[in-house]
Amino acid sequence: MFEASEMKATRDSYGETLVELGKENPDVVVLDADLSSSTKTSLFAEAFPDRFFNVGIAEADMMGIAAGLARSGKIPFASTFAVFASGRAYDQVRQSIAYPGFNVKIVASHGGITVGPDGASHQALEDIALMRVIPGMVVIVPCDATETRLAVRAAARYHGPVYIRLGRAKVPKILRAHDDFEIGKGLVLWPQLDGRGLDDLIEDRQHSNPEEAPFAVCFVACGVTVQPAMEAAEILEAEGISCLVIDMASVKPIDEDLLATAARNSRVIITCEEHSIIGGLGSAVCETVSKTHPIPVIRLGIEDQFGQSGSAEELMEAYGLTSSNFCQQARDFLETWWQFF
Amino acid sequence: MEDSAKESVECTIQRIKETARDIRIHIIEMTCKAGSGHPGGSLSCADIISTLYFGGVLNVKPEEPLWPDRDRFILSKGHAAPALYAALAERGFFSKDILPTLRQFGSPLQGHPDCRQVPGVEVSTGSLGQGLSMGVGMGIAGKLDKKQYRVWVLLGDGECQEGQVWEAAMAASHYKLDNLTAIIDNNHLQIDGRIEDVMNPEPIAEKFKAFGWHVLCVDGHDPCQLLKVFQEASAVKGRPSVVIAETVKGKGVSFMENKKEWHGKAPTPEQAEQAIRELKMLEV
Repeated sequence: MFEASEMKATRDSYGETLVELGKENPDVVVLDADLSSSTKTSLFAEAFPDRFFNVGIAEADMMGIAAGLARSGKIPFASTFAVFASGRAYDQVRQSIAYPGFNVKIVASHGGITVGPDGASHQALEDIALMRVIPGMVVIVPCDATETRLAVRAAARYHGPVYIRLGRAKVPKILRAHDDFEIGKGLVLWPQLDGRGLDDLIEDRQHSNPEEAPFAVCFVACGVTVQPAMEAAEILEAEGISCLVIDMASVKPIDEDLLATAARNSRVIITCEEHSIIGGLGSAVCETVSKTHPIPVIRLGIEDQFGQSGSAEELMEAYGLTSSNFCQQARDFLETWWQFF
Repeated sequence: MEDSAKESVECTIQRIKETARDIRIHIIEMTCKAGSGHPGGSLSCADIISTLYFGGVLNVKPEEPLWPDRDRFILSKGHAAPALYAALAERGFFSKDILPTLRQFGSPLQGHPDCRQVPGVEVSTGSLGQGLSMGVGMGIAGKLDKKQYRVWVLLGDGECQEGQVWEAAMAASHYKLDNLTAIIDNNHLQIDGRIEDVMNPEPIAEKFKAFGWHVLCVDGHDPCQLLKVFQEASAVKGRPSVVIAETVKGKGVSFMENKKEWHGKAPTPEQAEQAIRELKMLEV
């Protein structure tokens, strides 16, 4: 479906963006824990060796050093795999960085099952939950290279702790030229609004068919699940099932207004994430719509279990993170369960 | 000239001793009023903290707590917060009037230091083993910015059981942070008993030596010795230095000295009265 040239890993975009930021701001410093060739901080290390600190295999120490640098006016980006950044160094992130509100950017690569053959030990399926529950922590999960660049730049502008989750695998280009990223804002990717407001589109649909919800299904996704959610929407629309797809890269703070609009105008919300269904995007969406406009929410992701070795494609298939499963879940709900609501 | 310089040093020592006694009295009063807290490990480091803040070691401006060129002091053993709060108040960072609010609802004086609430508190600590890493970050920043400030980190001996301390020790040496000094409050006791019995971190001096640090050993209750080694530590080039300060947990209060029970227990009003009587009778 996509040309190889259009595919790019979010971590590659991260490394390139760090070099941009390094040129623009002398206060940007980068730390890594012996994974710089994987997290792509190696690009910054080559460009700015004096501002790059490879602390060795010592993630806890890395977070503490980053905290000290931030307290001294630097803008540290600390990178390692998501499983180590969020798990191994959890207490340091909580105590040394988040509690004092220090301006540290934790950019973690290799999130989720698409890590692939390394297996469960290296597949962070809990990191979004762990970071999201820390007071004041911003959590961002970009879906493609462009959104990664925008998110990393937004994180550098924002003052305070930020966690950005990136992936190992190459992913297709999703954002269009006019799309932007803003902390706290979701992005409507489907239907194509072409400059119109979502509210205008909803109004049109309500006017032409007052009996019907403007959208049968609203997919809310982040990271690598945005693409299959888009494909699912295309398939379902062809079957006459109207869809809304929201790219919720800003998992925290989440876009409450957009979710409230989506909930008011859809029959069901289906959340899609490469993460445990406990505590991640699905939970965040439920927490939000339960207080604004409660409607049925189906959370798709990894059930309460660890991952395993395999190729990224095999694992996405095995855990149901495919457009065909997203479609099936939508159809099942509309055919079987909708009548009970 | 020599006479006046000598006199000046004597004045400094006297000030350190008197303030250390005041800090100890504050520690007893604060923990007694709070009904909880950690008097033992606060009393053991009172002379160290007094020497840093009143011996001309730390270059700080109480009226401008975040002055960019300030020397940094990190209380990694955050449970000794009463000692730090007392020293900061005595130094004029905030009013002594709020000291009695320690640990109370709504007080900025949290059970463990919160740098967002208290002027002069450099970082938030309490979860042990994390201060030295933050000190390494500040040391690196100082080198990057070509600043002259120094970074001082006070750790407990029991705290050296935390693995992160040694990750940071490795990094400080690797980055040749001669602007960083660690101080170990070597009081030999932790909550569950003697550190040698719980999990022996000794020989601490040899461990730091092996990690490439310049090691200095000193009586942690003698301001004269402390001042001397702090000056020596500041002069070391090319590597970080550590001061192993031999101390007595509960120092200055007869019934608290060398008793693990006083790690995390507040004195009753009667006990506090006796403790303060003893402290006031101390010759300084």
